[in-house]
This record gives sequence, C-alpha cells and structure tokens, in this order.
Amino acid sequence: MQLHYKKRNVSEHIQCFHCGEDCLDSSIHFNEKVFCCEGCKLVFELLDEKNLCTYYSLNSSPGVHHNAITPSERFLYLDEISVAQKLIHFSDGNESRIIFYIPKMHCSSCIWLLENLQKINTGINSSTVNFLKKEVLISFNKSAIQLSSIVSLLAYIGYEPLISLNDLEQKIEKKTNKSEIIKIGIAGFCFVNIMMLSFPEYFSLGDFYDQKNLKQFFGIVNLVLSLPVFFYSASDFFISAWKGIQQKFLNIDLPIAFAVLVTFLRSIYEISSGTGAGYLDSMTGIIFFMLIGRYFQNITYDNLSFDRDYKSYFPISVSVLRNNKEKSTPVSDLKMGDRILVRNNEIIPADSILESESTYIDYSFVTGESRPIKKLCGELVYAGGRQIQGAIELEVVKEVSQSYLTGLWNKESSSTKEAQSFIHLTSKYFTIALFTIALTSFLYWTLASDVNRGLNALTAVLIVACPCALLLSATFTNGNLLRVFGKNKLYVKNALVAEKLTIINTIVFDKTGTITHGSAVKFIGKNLTTEEKSIALTLAANSLHPLSRKIAEHFSNIEKCRVDNFQEILGYGIHGKVEGRSVILGSEYYVTGSKKAFSATASKVFFSIDGLVLGYFSVDSSYREGITNLISDLDKTYEVHLISGDNDSEKEVLKKIIQNENRLHFNQSPEDKLEYIKLLQNQGKKVIMLGDGLNDAGALLQSDIGISVSDDINNFSPSCDAILQGESFNKFKLFLDFSKCGKNVIVASFVMSILYNIIGISFSVQGNLSPVIAAILMPVSSISIVLLTTLSTSLIAYKKGL
Amino acid sequence: MSALIFLICISIIVALVFLVAFIWTVRSGQYDDDYTPSVRILFENEPPAKEKSIKK
Repeated sequence: MQLHYKKRNVSEHIQCFHCGEDCLDSSIHFNEKVFCCEGCKLVFELLDEKNLCTYYSLNSSPGVHHNAITPSERFLYLDEISVAQKLIHFSDGNESRIIFYIPKMHCSSCIWLLENLQKINTGINSSTVNFLKKEVLISFNKSAIQLSSIVSLLAYIGYEPLISLNDLEQKIEKKTNKSEIIKIGIAGFCFVNIMMLSFPEYFSLGDFYDQKNLKQFFGIVNLVLSLPVFFYSASDFFISAWKGIQQKFLNIDLPIAFAVLVTFLRSIYEISSGTGAGYLDSMTGIIFFMLIGRYFQNITYDNLSFDRDYKSYFPISVSVLRNNKEKSTPVSDLKMGDRILVRNNEIIPADSILESESTYIDYSFVTGESRPIKKLCGELVYAGGRQIQGAIELEVVKEVSQSYLTGLWNKESSSTKEAQSFIHLTSKYFTIALFTIALTSFLYWTLASDVNRGLNALTAVLIVACPCALLLSATFTNGNLLRVFGKNKLYVKNALVAEKLTIINTIVFDKTGTITHGSAVKFIGKNLTTEEKSIALTLAANSLHPLSRKIAEHFSNIEKCRVDNFQEILGYGIHGKVEGRSVILGSEYYVTGSKKAFSATASKVFFSIDGLVLGYFSVDSSYREGITNLISDLDKTYEVHLISGDNDSEKEVLKKIIQNENRLHFNQSPEDKLEYIKLLQNQGKKVIMLGDGLNDAGALLQSDIGISVSDDINNFSPSCDAILQGESFNKFKLFLDFSKCGKNVIVASFVMSILYNIIGISFSVQGNLSPVIAAILMPVSSISIVLLTTLSTSLIAYKKGL
Repeated sequence: MSALIFLICISIIVALVFLVAFIWTVRSGQYDDDYTPSVRILFENEPPAKEKSIKK
C-alpha cells in the first residue's frame, strides 16, 4: 500500500522529505522541510541535531515511513539478563556485541546511518552492516547503554530490528560455507600444480625424464600434493558414501568415492613401483570440478528463511498486567492465568479468554476467512488472530507452545518428505551395473590367471565410468536453474525442489492471499479535500465490510473524526453523521439510485456528503493479474484444484476460472486442507501446493512441493520449499516448463559424457590414446559439460522470457 | 638436474604462500559480505561532528 502511494500523483503532491510519501499539506514542517507525519519529522530532528544529514544527501527521501513509534517500554523485556544473554553474541568486560536483523534496510543511506549510530548515542562503540543479510553488528558499552535503548533507538529512526521468539529459545548457528570455499581452493591449487608436474609425462620428454630420480621426484611431489585433496577436499564424498552404506542406500557419492579411492590407490602403486605416473591429475581435477559444481548448486538466499515456524510469526513480547501494572514480558514466559493486554493490530500470542467486553479479530492469516470475527467477553480466543479494535485484555489459558496453532504446526513431523533425487535413483542402477562390469572383467582375467591385467581392467572401468559427469551436469544445471528462478523472484530452497518440479501433475491453490492479493484503491470524481478524505475514512473505519476496510486502509495516515448514527445496511452500504454532515458510502444503487451492470474487475463504492455525490472509490478486483490465463494454461497439462478457508461468496467468479466444480472447495479448515492434500497423494498424485498463510502451513508441508506466495518476501511466510513473490505469480507455468527443460539438459549432457567415456576407453584399451590427449580430454570433457549445461539452460530461459 | 628440483621446490613454496594467503582471507571473513564494502568505500569522511552539536 505504501509503495502504491509513492507512484501516484507525484507531481501534484508535496513529498515527505524523510520518507518520500505524499504529504496531505505542508502543516508539518521543520527547517523548511515538509513531512508527512510527526514520526518522520522527529527522525529528521534527531538526525539534524546529531549532524547526520548526509543520510538525506546520499539518496532522496531514504527514510522508512512509520506512523506510530513503538513506545520504548515495549522493549524493556530485553534488559532482563536471561533475555539479553540469549541475544548477545559476544560479551567481554564492558563491550558486548549483538547482531540485529533489520528487514527495513534498503539503500546506501540506510547503510550509512546504521554505521553511524555511535554519533547518536555514545554508548555504541561501532556498528557494521551486512547489507545482503540485512544485518547490523553493533558493539556497545554495557555500562553506558542498555539493550532496550539500542533497540528503541533503532525503532525510533525507523529501523526496528526483527527479534523473534526463535532467537530467544535457541541460538541459531549460522552455517558457514567457509570450509567449502577452502576445500575448493586447496583442490584447485593441488590440481593445477599436479597438472604442471605431469607435463613431462604427457609429452614424454625423453632425455631428462628418463633419469630415474627426476621421475621419482615428480611422482612423489604429485603424491604429496594429492594428499590434502584426497583427505580433506574429498572428505564430503567419503562421508556421504559411508552414510549411504550405513542406511543401505546407494547414493551417487558411493561410486564416486569408490572411483576416487581406486584411482588414488592405483596411483600410489604405480608411482611407488615406478610402473607409471598414476592418475592423480584426473583425480584432483574431477574433485575440483565436482566441488565447484556443488558450491554453484547450493545457492543460498541469505535474507530468506524457508523453515520459519510459529515462533517467528508470534510477537516476541506482550504486556502482562500484574497488580494493575503493565510489564512487557517475553511471550515464551507467559503462564496460564496471566492477564495480557493486546493493542490494536497486535497478534494474540496464546489461546486465551476475552476479558474485555467485545472485540473483532481478523483470522485471515490463520484460517483464510476474510471477514473479522466478533468475540464477546468470556469467549475463547485462539492465538494467531490479529486484534483490530482498540485494546483488549485477555486471560491466558494455554501456554504458547500448546496453543491450537502451534499444535497444527507440530503435525509436520507426521509427514516425511522423501528426499530422493532422480540422480540418486539413476545412480542406483548405474552403480550396480558399474560394479557388475568391473567385477566380471576382474574375475575374467583372474580366472585366465592374469591377475595384473584383471586389476588393470577393474580400475580402468571404475575410473572411466565414474558418474562424475552425471553429478557435474546435474549440479551445474540445477545451480543455473535456481539462479534463473531467483532472478524471476521464485526463491527455491534447494536443487532437489527444482528437480521435483518436473514430476508434479496436480496443482492446488489457496485463495486468500495466493490468487488474491491486497488491492489498489482509487478515487474517481472530484479531488477530495483532506476533510472529505477524513470523513470517508471515519465512516469506512466503522464498518468491517472488506471494501470498507480497504478504503480505511487507503487513508490510514489521516486523522479520524467522530461519527454518529452509524448504520450498516447489508448488501447496500453504510451511512452516518460525521461532523454533523450526513455521509453515505455504498453501492451505486444505494447512493445514486441508478443501477448499472456489475463489473467483475473492480468494485465501485460511491461516496456522497449531504446528498451530493462526489464520485466513487474504485477497488480493483483482488485477483492477481493474469490468473485466468495462467489457470486455463495449467489446466491443459495439470489437474488444478482450489481450496479456500474462506466462505463461498466468490464461488461464481471462481467457477469461471476453474471449470471443474468438484475441484473447488470452500470453508476448509487448516486440517481439511492437509487431509485434502493427503487424499490426492493417496491417489498417486504428485501435488504442488501454493499458499500463503498459517492456515496453509500443514498443507504446504504435506504436499510434495509447498510454495509460499508472498508480496513482501521479508514478511512472514510459513515453512515451505520455495517462496514465490506475488508479482511473478503469472510466470508460474513458465517455471514448471523450465524445470522440465532443465531435466532434459541433464539427461542429454549425461548421455554425451558417457559417449565421451566409451570412445575414450575403447581407444585406451587398444593403446591408441597418447597420454597427452587423455590428459587434455579429461578437463576438456568436464569443462564442456559445464559449458553445455550452463549455456543451454540460459538459452532456454532467454527463449522462454524468464 | 638438481637445479630443476630446486626450482620446482621454490615455485611450489611460492604457490603455497598464495594458498595460505587465500585460506587466511576466507577464514577472516573477507568473502562474507561482498556488497556492503563497495558502498561503504564511497561514503565521505565528514568533518568531526562533535563541535557542531555542542554549539546547538
């Protein structure tokens, strides 16, 4: 909504100096600068006082708009030692260091300001930003400033850190890929040096090389160089292969580990016996390339989290009332019987009984129901709803970890997702075939009493037929696939998910938030004055009709006034007296008396004051753009279902999108959704689920692939396999097609590399392959696979317009 | 021939120095954030801010 403001009518309006939003008038100003709200002005005043106005010269209006500044008491719970200890990373004497995650960070001005915090408060020693992770590391003087003051300072200047319950319960060890990079570095170093020392062998440089000691020296140096590669860089392959054996599962790492081992042993034998130079160059080279492939494939999105659970959705602290005193307490410390105070727009953290008279609770995120639900005093209120009327008091009846919502989430353990890549499946047969051939040839020669030749054959088969090529082509193709997806705002958790996209045959959509989204409101008619806007807002804010709420949201930064005689007439509209003037908002018929055709794309809300019609609010149909085309496209090859937690008021519209009525389901509880997915899976279907809210969490986990659709990827999204940004929703079919092409590329390049090897081995068996050509062929074949897969997937992506 | 052995030893030692340097850069976290420093370097060093804020 805020972004939306920015785009419109830029020329007509004065923009806030701080955040760039339109100002209603120039009443809020300071130093000849105009601001949209007091909050923005306060930030400017603070920065101006501390001589930090460079913030505004780096980018124009870089600030973050915030209507209400969170009162600093909200952060007091951070000062409790038990809480602070869990958050602080490092503490020594006076100095403590803490890392905050700040989702609002968006430009170089943000970096600049956040790295100059010490100029605002001298208790802060230094701060360092990691922009990609949206983190700031603050080191501060414990005795000079408290943790809560730092957080409230950040919140004050518009960068409130996101502290989730997760942070409090356990420290998450940040996975580092440092050792991975070092492994690649060492493998690369050794590979290149071994290659260099093998040149005399390749070119059979006669005279010098024939001297025994020189040849031996080269061999020994090569052997020494290969040790770190074998024992350190390749360790992952051995570990993974060993785990596979323990679990009686033939994974692709087993034949690779075996090939590496055999090559290494044979090379040692050849070098020590002086019969040859070994294959250390090939061994280190292939390890080097495979490590690069894995690194390339394991693309990570630093600022995205796929494994969020209820803990990151719930607020971290809540006001507990004890002896009429408010005390901010971490949610995890809530106990049964605690009285809590929940303000407007806050989330109810635990199942509790309403103590205030009545309230409205918006469960749209939890259940998918779009209309807020009225709750009366004494009723049980489930955790997870957003409270939308004033401040209410509640008595906690269940601890957070036992609430209804949490229970739903914990069901996840019942469904296990099989993590089987088709590469692993292929490699299973491949491995069996490979070992059979190797052993048969060995036995053949041994029985023919030529053990030496048998050993030769065994190692040759293993070395040449090692499925390294399959792994290489798969890792590079998948890595590139993930990159293309990421560029198009589909963030996939790992390569396995991208691969699984190819086997999907059933697609299940959620309605609210997935195929619908927050809609745009426009006023068409005369230019409204601030007063008129305020009147419309006042009236709309009193109604809970979805259209009224959208209008109220549209004017969220305007002050409300008083309303009398408010009345809502279902199906028509609302009216009341605002500031003594009679105001009507409602359907065209209700306001103007004339009736026109119903428009499916946009709803019109007419607005009149004292009988004079000023115009109408056009509220766009909230369906995502291109949804009809997308679904009819998908319908040709896939089975498309829709399950919604909402009521069936939009059934008629949806029937036009999904023709098969048996596949439309309304009023589905979160469990129903989960069961529905299970039912489809029991019919042998491979299901992909697209959802957004907590109500889809169970279904997302149960489905073969769960994609969470979100308009702002930094917002909360339930645990899933991929996050799709709303604007790329209409590309969904392309993504599915593209992943199929990716699989074809893997298969094609694998077949090609096998052919390579067969040709190679047939030559070498006949003794026609000179060592230099073999040495050139090895890296060339690897590199050509890498190039082929990367280029072809990029080309396909380009052709598909991704 | 011993010259050749000597040279190879030297070259590998030199290469090792670079490998160690590389490992050191990785360990010390120089590759952790490859974006922020590129922005940070463009910030100007301002005149000391303290005097002005006292004046106010």
